[in-house]
Amino acid sequence: MATIDLGKHGGGNGGLPGHDHHGADDLSRPYHERYHAAHHFEDREHEFDAVKMGVWLFLATEILLFSGMFCAYAIFRLMYPEAFVNGSHHLDWRWGLLNTVILLMSSYWVAAAVRHAQTNNQKWLQINVFLTFLAGLAFLIIKFVFEYAKKYKEGLLPGKFYSFGGDATAHEPLWWAIYWGATGIHASHVIVGMGLFVWVWLRSRRGHFGPGHYNAVEGVGLYWHIVDIVWIFLFPMLYLIH
Amino acid sequence: MATISSNPVSGHPHHGHDHAHASYLQPKGGFAATVWDWMTTVDHKKIGVMYLFAILFMFFLGGVAALAVRMELFTPTVVTGGVATGQELAKFWGVDARDWAEGNNIYNRTMTLHGLIMVFLVIVPSVPASLGNFLIPLMIGAKDVAFPRLNLASWYVYLLGSMFAITAVIMGGVDTGWTFYTPYSTTTDAESMKVVWMVLGAFILGFSSIFTGLNFIVTIHKLRAPGMGWFDMPLFIWGMYGAAVIQVLATPVIGITLLLLIFERLFHIGIFDPRMGGDPVLFQHFFWFYSHPVVYVMILPGMAIMSELVAVGARKKVFGYRAVAFSSLAIAGISFIVWGHHLFTSQGEVSAVIFSALTFLVAIPSAVKVFNWISTYYRGSITLNTPSLYALAFLFLFSIGGLTGLFLGALATDLHLHDTYFIVAHFHYVMMGGTIIAFVGGIHFWWPKMFGKMYNENWAKVGWLLVFVGFNLTFFPQFIMGSQGMPRRYANYVEEFQIYHQLSTVGSWVLALGFVIHLLTFIHSLVAGPKADPNPHGALTLEWTHTSSPPIEHNFEHEPVVTHGPYDFDDVIPPQTRPGEFQLPKPNPNLKH
Ligand code: HEM
Ligand SMILES: [Cu+2]
Repeated sequence: MATIDLGKHGGGNGGLPGHDHHGADDLSRPYHERYHAAHHFEDREHEFDAVKMGVWLFLATEILLFSGMFCAYAIFRLMYPEAFVNGSHHLDWRWGLLNTVILLMSSYWVAAAVRHAQTNNQKWLQINVFLTFLAGLAFLIIKFVFEYAKKYKEGLLPGKFYSFGGDATAHEPLWWAIYWGATGIHASHVIVGMGLFVWVWLRSRRGHFGPGHYNAVEGVGLYWHIVDIVWIFLFPMLYLIH
Repeated sequence: MATISSNPVSGHPHHGHDHAHASYLQPKGGFAATVWDWMTTVDHKKIGVMYLFAILFMFFLGGVAALAVRMELFTPTVVTGGVATGQELAKFWGVDARDWAEGNNIYNRTMTLHGLIMVFLVIVPSVPASLGNFLIPLMIGAKDVAFPRLNLASWYVYLLGSMFAITAVIMGGVDTGWTFYTPYSTTTDAESMKVVWMVLGAFILGFSSIFTGLNFIVTIHKLRAPGMGWFDMPLFIWGMYGAAVIQVLATPVIGITLLLLIFERLFHIGIFDPRMGGDPVLFQHFFWFYSHPVVYVMILPGMAIMSELVAVGARKKVFGYRAVAFSSLAIAGISFIVWGHHLFTSQGEVSAVIFSALTFLVAIPSAVKVFNWISTYYRGSITLNTPSLYALAFLFLFSIGGLTGLFLGALATDLHLHDTYFIVAHFHYVMMGGTIIAFVGGIHFWWPKMFGKMYNENWAKVGWLLVFVGFNLTFFPQFIMGSQGMPRRYANYVEEFQIYHQLSTVGSWVLALGFVIHLLTFIHSLVAGPKADPNPHGALTLEWTHTSSPPIEHNFEHEPVVTHGPYDFDDVIPPQTRPGEFQLPKPNPNLKH
């Protein structure tokens, strides 16, 4: 008796397997088939719609957060064009391009993961989620080991930590403030994304996702696309425009 | 478990636990179990009630700081008149108050404390997080908000943010003012982390605000009961929707701003530091790009409450429903393009002219609402109970606040009035005279629904009178001295202004007394108030007509079906309001599930 009510009346924690409309739950069926929407939704589709809308709204806030950085970039670039051109010369566009390619591929993988959830291809779902995670890791390694570490050693740092020995124009530390600020906030989003992929991967191994229920895969996937798109703007802005 | 097999009336097989039919306030077992139940609840009603008490507590703290500030201003000098209170404050901050500079220092910290608490911990979350949380699902006939766990998360994030702010206070408080203007905020208290803690607190509170707003938008879009189209929604929902849109779209910008401020303090990155080529005015732009829209996050929920108080108080359809609904959206939209009016003295002349012109636009939708409420009262049959009195107070006070906003929006007058007490009076008339007055009116209005108890109407009216008189006594003199040149944020002043300051301080005592009486009335109601009927006001919205007072755990016995508008008082005979006569509607047999 006790288990019967869990899903429907657990007070909105829609993750738990619940009471079936048409008879008792067959625990041998995979989780995503047994899954019931939280009690305040009519059905899974209704819940999926709501989740998707929520994620989109959240992504709007992410874009607005970054827009502050873009805005600061535009203003200071107008004020000190030379400092920005010079600063940008210290960046190696090849690393930037490599990271762009990596993120684009990862965006494909996560989209494929959603597709495999929809078609109930459990094995490839897991593989794709894992690949996306690896791509995030590769991005961070390139960023930290081949870019940040080098800049750090050369003293190409924001504000008062700036201690570059070579030629520099006035106000170059401001360029580095924008560079470190924008890419740093972006990198922190990559780290959060990787954490989310671990969570999705663990759940996918337990058969949580399938054609009728893949909210988390979809949501995390959308988030990852935004992380990707932000980078696609950061890359030319910081590495290419001279 | 007795009811598990079926519920013959509804044909609804899922009602498992008995408690699903009991009041949401019913304790779950012993004390510890009940506390645990509240701490982990995902029920929007409980979260709303917890928010309500937390916000009222913060309002009390901010109020104490305000009384201290007013006390200090009773006399023109910092030390002499301030000695008594000054030393009390000094003990609190742990400094020597006999020193003139220390006196100023204490004053600045107390004033900042007041502003920060009232803005970030009280007004921004006030109506949405408490009444909004409690009422939105009930009003649209839903069982909960779209993301109940996110809702609980928002509550804990609010607590976390408050903790950061309180830590900053315990470390000695900050003296930046609630606006954190650079370069002062990046250099003051240089050797300590206080400002960083405070700014982090505000940053974290922003997330709580985003979570709430996001939740409301999705809830309103996706969870309306069958039969409830967009224009069948109570206007409360429209107002909350407008506020939620601003919360979601403006808060990230303050997020990045505060983050940059923290970077600036910790790493001295130079973005806001002119010595390194940075621009302190950029901070002001960023700050007000959020903080102007956020004043509408504050007022729209107040306006949302107003529409209900006016319609039910006058027993009439709201005049121009669509105009009131769309004006909420118009306000939300326009609020994003007027931030420059806070920078008239620090930006270029051309942009100042443009921002001045845009600022006048925002007065239009605000005025539309005021006119429509007044027209709603026209030939209505008005019940002059406490909620109605608060609605009338709102109309009066908000109009003064809004009209003086126009003085400030006009460039020539603003150059004279900027940074004087006129500004202080203006924003208190809109924030306190608007939002807080509506909030208190709303708490009275929905009190019977939330707690199932009636309050003593006479004492509530006494409280209302003191609040209304005290408010005007406190803030009206500030318009006068401001227009005569009394600058804001000073602990001392020239003697000519003393009479206005003293009136204002006396007013703050009257105001405080009014709130104390409200508090006692509420406590009395909880302890000994008579039981409330489901619909004591004879209103037509779902939270009154379709569920008991207080509501059951799952809100409704049967999913409500909306068959009439929220204010169709002429077409629908509202359910009787005499005790014992109210009947909850029978379920609709044609409804599946
Ligand atoms: C009719 C619409 C309104 C207009 C035209 C208006 C206009 C203005 C202007 C031009 C200023 C800047 C004055 C200066 O600093 O020199 C100002 C300040 C302010 N207004 Fe309004 N306002 C309106 C409504 C509101 C509302 C509804 C609220 C809040 C609920 C509000 C809250 C504030 C606050 C907090 C400040 C001062 C902030 C500070 O410097 O600390 N205003 N208003
Ligand atoms: Cu403004």
